[in-house]
Amino acid sequence: MEPILQVQNLTHTYSAGTPFEHTALENINFSVNRGEFIGIIGHTGSGKSTLMQHLNGLLKPSSGQILLDGKDIWSDKKLTRQARFRVGLVFQYPEYQLFEETVYKDIAFGPKNMGLDKAEIDRRVRQSAEFVGLTEQQLQSSPFDLSGGQKRRVAIAGVIAMEPEVLILDEPTAGLDPVGREEILSNIQRYRQAKNATIMMVSHSMNDVARLTDRLLVLNGSHIAMNGTPDEVFCHAEELEQMGLDIPEITRVFLRLRAMGLPVEPVYTMEQGVAALKKLKEGK
Amino acid sequence: MLKDITLGQYFPGNSVVHRLDPRTKLVMLVVYIVALFVAVNWISYGVMFAFLATCIAISKIPVKSIVRGMKPLMFILLFTAVLNIFFTEGETVLVSFWAVEITLEGLIRAFFMMIRILMLITGTFLLTYTTSPIALTDGLEALLNPLKKIKLPVHELSMMTCIALRFIPTLIEETDKIMSAQKARGADFENGKLMERVKALVPILVPLFISAFRRADELATAMECRCYHGGEGRTKMKLLRYNRNDYSAYGIGVLLLAGVIVLKRFGL
Repeated sequence: MEPILQVQNLTHTYSAGTPFEHTALENINFSVNRGEFIGIIGHTGSGKSTLMQHLNGLLKPSSGQILLDGKDIWSDKKLTRQARFRVGLVFQYPEYQLFEETVYKDIAFGPKNMGLDKAEIDRRVRQSAEFVGLTEQQLQSSPFDLSGGQKRRVAIAGVIAMEPEVLILDEPTAGLDPVGREEILSNIQRYRQAKNATIMMVSHSMNDVARLTDRLLVLNGSHIAMNGTPDEVFCHAEELEQMGLDIPEITRVFLRLRAMGLPVEPVYTMEQGVAALKKLKEGK
Repeated sequence: MLKDITLGQYFPGNSVVHRLDPRTKLVMLVVYIVALFVAVNWISYGVMFAFLATCIAISKIPVKSIVRGMKPLMFILLFTAVLNIFFTEGETVLVSFWAVEITLEGLIRAFFMMIRILMLITGTFLLTYTTSPIALTDGLEALLNPLKKIKLPVHELSMMTCIALRFIPTLIEETDKIMSAQKARGADFENGKLMERVKALVPILVPLFISAFRRADELATAMECRCYHGGEGRTKMKLLRYNRNDYSAYGIGVLLLAGVIVLKRFGL
């Protein structure tokens, strides 16, 4: 199956030709398969945000290409505009972008810009509200009367309403309490399952990415440092730490256990950890 | 990109111009502007230009960044020039069609007008490029201090100016972010008729205002937490003090103004 997104030799330089010139991405190559859940991790300033804004055509590469379904999104104006809708991008703290009088209208902003008819807009607004667990009553209230976590869900619904094939989220759980975090993460999962969507999520929580993603991209100093399954990535614990990144807490525990001489393999999620410990206990 | 706007951005440095007392620089700017309006002819403009060029050279501000700062003002410049070309009456008619006459006097006047505005803006840029916003407002406060006698809230005004200047880059960054986010939802700011474009601004302005109010609120709380209660009895960490360079600068300012006035007397 052809990958849905391909990034080829992508380089991006900010303020080219001025004293403030700064290369944020250099020669990035990777591809994303349909239905995959990809986690993007990297230190602040490693180019994560710049990379994400390339994938839906908000930023134009200084050199290199972004292929959506095999077609360069910058080869044709129509394709660029399509990329905006086919690749949905949820920025950091998206609740600060709400502007409409009612939650309903705000969620409808994206579909409206797509030029859909009223019935279709209505269907999409209601469906995406359902994905993120907003009630009918909340749809008619002002977004500014909601709590922080609810606002965040409204903002995510606003992007989901465009029914993007690829949904990209920049730290969707930043600044939320544990309950709010779980809710957002399960909303994303629900959307992925319902629409067979591809998800890319930037996160600083190694526990979350280890648990949820199929594959991890590690960005470091405007390059892709690693690209592999969580298992493959997290066994390079030392290298990750050198990049200023963490490993899941449970992995740390197991690495320590192994250093103490117990016969365990490193694990990445709590479930794996529990299973491994049970096995060890029974073995004895 | 919005970020490329350099209007009034401070360039840290350690030149003589940077180290001048902000009060001196403010007064010098006023003197410079007055002199610029007194200047009427090639020679006096030449003197003014030489003065400006020397100041830029001493300050080590790259000419490139001054030119870049000019770009957003190109429209005003051209507009003034065109107005002057078409609406100045004169004797030497160069081109005449329909009801429009272009005269030599008009061309010359337009040229001088453009030079004047350009030099005016460059001079102001030089002040903001070489003076940090805090120093600038400190200087302004010190200069306006006598007005406290007539109950003008000088300290509050300068604090407001300082905060406003401080938040310009923050708000620009914020606008950039909001624009990207709305573009990601398919908002279109570049195409459409005038009304559509104005309407397209709502999704930017509403979040921007809300965030500005939120920031103002947070700032007020932070200031109160640090016991800010206005200018009463407040002392300064950096006391403004004149030194030799400042007196020389004042001397040069007086000479410049006197020179231009004398030149005008002789009709040069």
